[in-house]
Amino acid sequence: MPWYKQAYDWVERRVQLEGFVKESAEHPVPRKTASWWYVFGSASFVLLLLQIVTGILLALVYVPSAGSAWDSLQVLNHQLPLGWFLRGMHGWGSNFMVAIVLIHMTQVFLFGAYKFPRELTWILGVFLLLMTLGMAFTGQVLRFDQDSYWGLGIGASIVSRVPFVGRELVQFMLGGPIIAGATLTRFFTLHVFVIPATMLAFASLHTWLVLKLGINEWPTPGRIVKRATYIQEYNELAHKDGMAFVPGAVWKDAMFAAGIVLAVAICALLFGPIGPTGVPDPTIVQTAPKPDYFFLWIYTALAFLPPSIETPVILIAPVIGVGIMLALPFVAGLGEKSWHRRPVAVILVVVLAVGFATLTHLGTYVPWSPQMDGWSADPVPVHFVDGTTPLERQGAIVFQAKQCRNCHQVGGLGGRRGPSLDYVATRLTEDQLVRQVTQGGGNMPAYGKTLSPAQVTALVAFLETLHPAHEPIAIDASRHVADTNNPAPKEPVEAIRP
Amino acid sequence: MNPGQNAPGASSHSAETPIKALESRRSFLFKVSIAINALVAAAVATPVIGYLLGPIRRKGAYNSWIALGPVSDYHEGETVLATYRNPDTNQWDGDTGKVACYVRREAGNTFTVFAVNCAHLGCPVRWFPQSELFMCPCHGGVYYSNGDRAAGPPERGLFTYDYHVTGGKLMINAGQMPTLANEAKLVKGILPCPGTSKPTIG
Repeated sequence: MPWYKQAYDWVERRVQLEGFVKESAEHPVPRKTASWWYVFGSASFVLLLLQIVTGILLALVYVPSAGSAWDSLQVLNHQLPLGWFLRGMHGWGSNFMVAIVLIHMTQVFLFGAYKFPRELTWILGVFLLLMTLGMAFTGQVLRFDQDSYWGLGIGASIVSRVPFVGRELVQFMLGGPIIAGATLTRFFTLHVFVIPATMLAFASLHTWLVLKLGINEWPTPGRIVKRATYIQEYNELAHKDGMAFVPGAVWKDAMFAAGIVLAVAICALLFGPIGPTGVPDPTIVQTAPKPDYFFLWIYTALAFLPPSIETPVILIAPVIGVGIMLALPFVAGLGEKSWHRRPVAVILVVVLAVGFATLTHLGTYVPWSPQMDGWSADPVPVHFVDGTTPLERQGAIVFQAKQCRNCHQVGGLGGRRGPSLDYVATRLTEDQLVRQVTQGGGNMPAYGKTLSPAQVTALVAFLETLHPAHEPIAIDASRHVADTNNPAPKEPVEAIRP
Repeated sequence: MNPGQNAPGASSHSAETPIKALESRRSFLFKVSIAINALVAAAVATPVIGYLLGPIRRKGAYNSWIALGPVSDYHEGETVLATYRNPDTNQWDGDTGKVACYVRREAGNTFTVFAVNCAHLGCPVRWFPQSELFMCPCHGGVYYSNGDRAAGPPERGLFTYDYHVTGGKLMINAGQMPTLANEAKLVKGILPCPGTSKPTIG
């Protein structure tokens, strides 16, 4: 007997795991589940392990101190051999993990896998999703750059809206009165100890349940889940039209896992590590903080919520959302599994996907935010001032100098908070322009106090030039009455008298 | 091969009563051991809750009066960014121990000191002296030069700190990140009656 076989036997006589492992590997699964649609769960687990390994490697160097974290990331990025690559793997691994976990959940939902008897598997999965997002957020905090610092500020401001205990919760979250060293160590503890340990435990139990209850069979229209007969039907399916999990089905999981790890590595190689952006110095206010892509939809939602309902929505909507997910297997735990017979489920997935995608897309170019350097970065295009009068040119200068372009585009450049002003003269009359500039309204500040009457006159004269050549500007018919003492040429005053 | 088979505890008894008596005694002791562990755990863990809740302090406990430099540093009618080190800070806080605020000297010794944090979700607002507006880069909150809300999602104006002038120095009462639950000002003023500068009561 060769030495390695002897060593194996020596260990096996003591740990006695062979029987269990063999039984688990060879347990029969329904033939149709050996599908490429069933690879996302195992890929999520592989990504979790990848995150743990790369995380441990980063922890060898990372300093969880508010004063040094950013510098230690610079050392990782620029000084240590392959430090940048490991940061890239960890950052892109996180992006992939959020995406794969979401795909896994969507697939499980559409395949009805959450139904009897797999309710608990689904519930553990909901918590695993929340913890994945929790890891993504706390990981973003550990990057400890400007985005991270002000992201914590947004978090604290949301927490402060909790009735009665808001102030206490903020202090508990920050570990003190302000975002500082204690805040970072708190999130470090969550990111490195608390959440990963819980995740490993939950993911193990989640996998154990898959093993004990069997992988969800391929949904067939008309195959109804009933409490009395399901388990027997499943066992028949797995035994009569089944195959051993290893090697029949597992090779697709393994192939996909290898592909995903390779994809993470390629992204890390091509796009490099994520951040850090600027130093976390709160006295540098020249910053436009933004969360990572998987939280952009929240960022967008927060911009569009009306102030009157914002606090209740922020505090109650997540509770309702998680509550619905947890209640799902108890409300719809029986019946049809196939998406062919579950139109509401399909519509829900489509609506949610389109909704999240739209909010995320809006979050990439933040049309609701003033473009802070719109006035200094983008000069008024020459053709807008070509051939204009001195007064109109003076107006163009007012337009530029008073930061109008932080919110208004002209010639496709500038902010998008307010409407583009390319053709504003066709929409608003001179009087309306004066009123809008001086009094504001419709989410525009009033400039009556900051502009002199001469500046308003010049600005409006410039705005009146903004119209297509073939289209006349908007005029107020009553101006003719007002101009009685100074009648317009070729137009007798009598003609407009009633 | 099972080592448990020869353990003394597993030896068989012929009479039923002693076994039952033994079992009930063992299960009783087992329950007692659980109860003792629960008590010890509670006794050890309860003070730890105090450790975890340590950062929570009563309103204003983190605040103190901070000097923002001589009054002469600030020009009338101008709004400038001022920075200070937070009174409650550690050496390892690094730059995060610093705090910024906007100081506006209205006239003489009359000031308004704004928090940089937007009243919506705490992002840093930026002052534009040309248009005399504070603009927030996150969700488009805009405020007038006196801190009033001008546009966007904030439900109120900018947070302001209490201040006083002592010995030609501007002092502010600060120490904690301003949020809707901690509005920077410790004593809320009573809103004046419209058209007057006097409070309606008091």
